[in-house]
Amino acid sequence: MAGPDPKAPALREYFPAIPALQPGAMAGAKSYVANDKIQESLGFPGQLAESWQDTHDAVIAKMGDLLGKQRAFKVYMDACVHCGACTDKCHYFIGTNDPKNMPVARQDLMRSVYRRYFTLPGKLFPKLVGARDLTSEVLDEWYTYYNQCSECRRCSVFCPYGIDTAEITMAGREMLDSVGYGQKYSNEIIAKVHKIGNNLGLPGPALTNTLEGLEEDVKEDTGIDVRYPLDVQGAEVLFVTPSADFFAEPHIESLIGYGKVFHAAGISWTLSTKASEAGNFGMFIGNYDQLRKIALRVREAALELGVKRIVVGECGHAWRVAYSFWNTLTGIGAGADDPFAIQLQSQLDHRYKQPMHICELTWDLIGQGAISFDKEANDHRIITFHDSCNVARGSRMGDSPGGQFEIPRNIIRAVANHYVEMAPGTTHEQTFCCGGGGGLLTDDLLDLRIKGALPRMETLQQVVDSHGVNFMATICAICKAQFTKVVPYYGFKMSMIGGVHQLVSTAIRLGDK
Amino acid sequence: MSLVFAALFYLASAVLVIGVARKIVDYWRTPAPLLIPTTPAPTTQGGVVLRMFRELAFFESLFKANLWIWALGWLFHVSLALVVLRHLRYFTEPVWDWVAFIQPFGMYAGFAMAAGLAGLWARRFLVERIRYISTFSDHLMLALLLGIAASGLMMKFVAHTDIVAVKTFFLGLMLFDIQPLPGDGPLYAHLSLVALLMLAFPFSKLLHAPGVFFSPSRNQADNPRERRHLSAWAAKLEAK
Repeated sequence: MAGPDPKAPALREYFPAIPALQPGAMAGAKSYVANDKIQESLGFPGQLAESWQDTHDAVIAKMGDLLGKQRAFKVYMDACVHCGACTDKCHYFIGTNDPKNMPVARQDLMRSVYRRYFTLPGKLFPKLVGARDLTSEVLDEWYTYYNQCSECRRCSVFCPYGIDTAEITMAGREMLDSVGYGQKYSNEIIAKVHKIGNNLGLPGPALTNTLEGLEEDVKEDTGIDVRYPLDVQGAEVLFVTPSADFFAEPHIESLIGYGKVFHAAGISWTLSTKASEAGNFGMFIGNYDQLRKIALRVREAALELGVKRIVVGECGHAWRVAYSFWNTLTGIGAGADDPFAIQLQSQLDHRYKQPMHICELTWDLIGQGAISFDKEANDHRIITFHDSCNVARGSRMGDSPGGQFEIPRNIIRAVANHYVEMAPGTTHEQTFCCGGGGGLLTDDLLDLRIKGALPRMETLQQVVDSHGVNFMATICAICKAQFTKVVPYYGFKMSMIGGVHQLVSTAIRLGDK
Repeated sequence: MSLVFAALFYLASAVLVIGVARKIVDYWRTPAPLLIPTTPAPTTQGGVVLRMFRELAFFESLFKANLWIWALGWLFHVSLALVVLRHLRYFTEPVWDWVAFIQPFGMYAGFAMAAGLAGLWARRFLVERIRYISTFSDHLMLALLLGIAASGLMMKFVAHTDIVAVKTFFLGLMLFDIQPLPGDGPLYAHLSLVALLMLAFPFSKLLHAPGVFFSPSRNQADNPRERRHLSAWAAKLEAK
């Protein structure tokens, strides 16, 4: 983005105040478009057709296709009554004041076209029902604003019909991709995952090096030989984690923590070169084929390595995909009666949840007394917890609804003495997105990311002022990357941000077990 | 005029029933390929029924979202339900006991309904965000409903219509035996607006009524690890 350096908006004095509208405020925040090489490598057209009419017809055909395949999209196009319940719920709206970032307005960018081509009143009286023709300006508007939604589902909590804007954003991106108008950041990453095995493009040898280096560091630090194994045939656990954990700060601190947990509990585990990425950007672009293809790498790795359990590291959308979609996409789970899924499910040990979140694993071990902690080691930290959107609203942990809130908090309380909650209404299922999720964690959207973090920064500021909080724990690679990037704009230190297993890592007792 | 209204109501009923039935079948047949309940969500079907009941009876999500919209919207819908049930007395002979029982509540619910609608409409002018998202048809729909409420209240409390004759007309209508309809301005207005509402139902945002039952974020159980959920078109990918 050319122009002046982005600045953080001022924290509001009396929040939650509802911002006055500033139409067009973010019309210029347009994420880079994918080039033809990236597009074609995913099987999408390289660019828009020469004639607008061709593009127009292809988009409408794709919309018809999705309406027939996706019940959510179809029902959500019809059901909205413009009641306004969602209008003040989106962090991007709160941070930017752009009315098109209100969930209902974002949906209406699509709904107006749906009504024009697929409903009787829209065909007969477009003006009356707010229907409009699909023009190239409309398509540009879709591109701009469907790449200003992090698919965090906060609006869906409040909608009386459960309309989930994420589903509409996904459909919008799928339509755009299908006519050669994809987003560079997400599609480039998907290309990398296919070519190299992970989102960051770390090849196998680099991964080996990194993990060996990690073992040395931990040895130096603790005097204990904690292993970070790769591609070990016959290990009990296949551990799948976001590739940022392999080298980014503070992510790597949690990776160190996972290894220590496995070590202390004596569980044999392995990472996989093939499945060296838990993230699945196929979800972000709403493309079922990509979602499935990326997930299948984990199935293949599990079958090849012969593991009994599959455990997932700290990553928000990856956990949503793993928890909610893996059984559907790959058969990782239980309860199937078809040959495809049984092949894998008969290999897995169903005394354990499949797949399992690392927090579920750690919390179970704590419950069994299999690992123990020196809580005082975390006494320099006053900790708060940021619920990551996809974990909070798109998944679960444990046996009962809401386990995804309790388990990470229980772990923090088990490993540290100072824990503080942020304001109610901004945590648990009403948590705010970090501002960088859903395929928006790119520098060309930095301005949007800073503004989108506003509501979380406000509640963080509150607990910093009231309790001296100096550590915000989270269980998502994107949250960690986004926050470390944007908190300095709000006057916080990057080192405030970290993972739950970073806290585990600090306090866990090794060796004498 | 009796014939005109008879024809209008046959048409409106047919459009309403066939139109909504077609939509429901369409929603029913469209697969939901992935499990996307908004969590925390119930883990069992029984839990889903309860969640849906709370959503329908108390507008649970809306309550979390905005107390003003919730209060006005709930007032309107509950009043509308009472008013509609009260109107069963014009279609049944003898009148069922429970319909007779709710008669007094139903009458005053007409005022509550109008008040709720007025409040909801006011929001479309007064609140900037809601003004921004309102389309012309949103205003028209409120005008239509308010017109129905006003003309109905008019007949009940201002200029009485010959309600016995109206009932004879509708009882006859149900047996395809057209009886005379009183020639009465407010009655004509009331009936025309109701017919218009019935005609608009399957083509408008009023589809939120059947739609809510088919909303995957609300009607799916949260049990993806325990059971494999696979849509027909997605299963075909595995056969390849």
